[in-house]
Amino acid sequence: MLYRMINPPEISWIAILPVLLLSATAMLTMVADLWTDGPDREGLGWIGLVGLMATAIAAVALWNTKLTSFAGAVVVDRYGLFFTLLFCVAAGLTLLMSMSYLEQTDIRTGDYYSLILFSTVGMVVMATAADLIVVFLGLEVMSIAAYALAGIWRSQVRSNEAALKYFLLGAFATGFLLFGIALLYGVAGTTTLTGIAQTASGATAEQRTLLIAGMALMIVGFGFKVAAVPFHAWAPDVYEGAPTSVTALMAVGVKSAAFAAFARIFMHTLAVMSPDWSAVLWVLAVLTMTVGNVTALLQRNIKRMLAYSSIAHAGYLLVGMVAGGELGGSAILFYLLAYTLMTLGAFSVVIALGRRGQPNENLEDYAGAGFRSPFLGMAMSIFMLSLAGIPPFGGFVGKFYIFSAAVKSGYIGLTVIGVMNSLISVYYYVGVLVRMYMTDGGVEITQPSSRPYLFATLVVAVAGTIALGLFPSTLFEVARQSFLALG
Amino acid sequence: MNTGVFVLLATLLVVAALGVVLARSPIRSALSLVVALFFLAVFFLLLDAQLIAALQVIVYAGAIMVLFLFVIMLLNLQEHPAEMARAGLRFLAGTLASLFLLATIYFTNRSGISNAQGMGAIPDGFDSTAQIAERLFTQHLFAFELTSLLLLVAIISAVVLAKKKLA
Amino acid sequence: MMEQYLSVLVTFCLAAGLVGTMVGAGRLLGPRSDNPVKGESFECGNPSSGSAWGRFSVKFYMTAILFIVFDIEVVFLYPWAVIFRRLGWFGLSEMAVFIFILGLGLLYVWRKGALEWD
Repeated sequence: MLYRMINPPEISWIAILPVLLLSATAMLTMVADLWTDGPDREGLGWIGLVGLMATAIAAVALWNTKLTSFAGAVVVDRYGLFFTLLFCVAAGLTLLMSMSYLEQTDIRTGDYYSLILFSTVGMVVMATAADLIVVFLGLEVMSIAAYALAGIWRSQVRSNEAALKYFLLGAFATGFLLFGIALLYGVAGTTTLTGIAQTASGATAEQRTLLIAGMALMIVGFGFKVAAVPFHAWAPDVYEGAPTSVTALMAVGVKSAAFAAFARIFMHTLAVMSPDWSAVLWVLAVLTMTVGNVTALLQRNIKRMLAYSSIAHAGYLLVGMVAGGELGGSAILFYLLAYTLMTLGAFSVVIALGRRGQPNENLEDYAGAGFRSPFLGMAMSIFMLSLAGIPPFGGFVGKFYIFSAAVKSGYIGLTVIGVMNSLISVYYYVGVLVRMYMTDGGVEITQPSSRPYLFATLVVAVAGTIALGLFPSTLFEVARQSFLALG
Repeated sequence: MNTGVFVLLATLLVVAALGVVLARSPIRSALSLVVALFFLAVFFLLLDAQLIAALQVIVYAGAIMVLFLFVIMLLNLQEHPAEMARAGLRFLAGTLASLFLLATIYFTNRSGISNAQGMGAIPDGFDSTAQIAERLFTQHLFAFELTSLLLLVAIISAVVLAKKKLA
Repeated sequence: MMEQYLSVLVTFCLAAGLVGTMVGAGRLLGPRSDNPVKGESFECGNPSSGSAWGRFSVKFYMTAILFIVFDIEVVFLYPWAVIFRRLGWFGLSEMAVFIFILGLGLLYVWRKGALEWD
């Protein structure tokens, strides 16, 4: 029988080098765990850190490359590499803090480390995907690992609850995203972003209708992953119930990855449709900032408070998307970097205050902590002030860029609402500091210097938050170049 | 497609689907779902999508249903008859579902995707499985390899969450 | 186009007919007695207590989900097999990678003892 041979697509191994390295690390960690005896699994964390380092080096080495591979499914550009580096930092710090944190929990399984790495693989895939199917698969790899991580402290009922809630609502939201992808595919006849961009730029009225329906569904899907109001209901319970280090990864990694794909698809591929989606995102941004900040005022548990705070920050990032353009896009990247460092730092302080069997997650537990451990007090002050957007820290500069982008694009009303929200947030962020320095009582604290990994995490986060505030222009230039690489 | 065959199959499918919703015993619902999925597979066959038809039977009517049955037994619903949702909520759900159906019909009509177009597009001797395979292993090669990673993560997650004693 | 599936239809009709005949014949021809005594336990058997509907152990679920995952793996082998020759060495190597990664999954399940009925 005669048959026609099928030619393989062009494969550029360089293009997927970061993903390859990270996947290999994740699998190596998984296999190493199978032959590790005894309860001590710190070595797995070290394997992960080395792998993340290698991935980051690969990403830096590829900085000047721009190429697509696998029939246009994956793309290497500065935008994807910027996020790859961001995820390496986020996952690295998470691993580092976990190596101290796991001692105060009952989590003894090495799967913890491999799942964190697998989740990071999913994030990197999302950021470098140039095809909606790949975006979807990346999202699923990231999310499924995150669902399991949320429930990995199995003896804790609230960890079980977190896993179940996250999984059910997450699966539901993924359905919306997939339906949206299906509609875009139906219109464009292809799932590649370039093909969809072509269709969108010359869309007929009928195609536009379907595109808008597809975009609406995708906004629901991404809105859930970034915890935007009204798709945020899962976040507080999941953030509170999941092990603190996992919460940190969810707050920074999952959110940034969702924003990476969200911004690539909407601000680049569907940029011509921006009159249609920006109004919707405007409403989402206002709702997300306001509900997040106002509800955070009422929280008594620090993890819940940080959950609402992370919702509010998703709102600021949406302002950047609405503002659009080079400035809005670069501001989002810069903001995510600052947000990652200060949020990871804040969660590290939460871990530092906890002890075995005594999580100390209530705000009252922070009373007087600033005096009992000056280092923790100093670190928490920096993170809280930065989150509140007070100079001279990274969070302030991020907000400044976001809001100036919004003003430049003419969204004065949105900027005013954003700045007012920022002011509201000062109340609860500074409230933590007031407790730490102006009230008595509280709990006994293990000095962070006795836990080297946690100490290292805090030092890196503090240094990063300050550096972003002091030398913003260099890093903003990097963010700008990354965003421009899309075009 | 032969109209007679279509009407017969459609009727059977709707009856089976109603069985899923109306049966009081969850096991009967699940078994009705098997029947409904099976008829759906026949529809795929009628549309020249042999691979999807086969997958529908293998994955949905086979594997997924096994999981459904296990979950039903795990939850032991027999002793706790499902509490009916509040009338208002049920009404809302019904209204939304109907609106969704109407909107789908409206947009399908308006977009001009007619039967004739859909059916006429496939030439004789078209081997859908080979076509799909060719696309899967060329255009979507990366997605294919990524799927194995996804399945691996799914395995780990299932074991982490459901294994009684973790080593 | 549908003629090739006629044999499948015939098989289904035969199967349904056979089952229907057997069950129906049993109903029609067999002796039937429905009385409370028939439901009682026989001789020294204990009277039954409670419902026969117990909760299944989560172990079954574990098995089911692993079955699905590997079932879906097999699904990818079908289209691959159809164009196996046309893909040549390239296809073989790609599938080898796929199977290798899932092989790791099997290794994991095995080493973790998830295949044991503990």
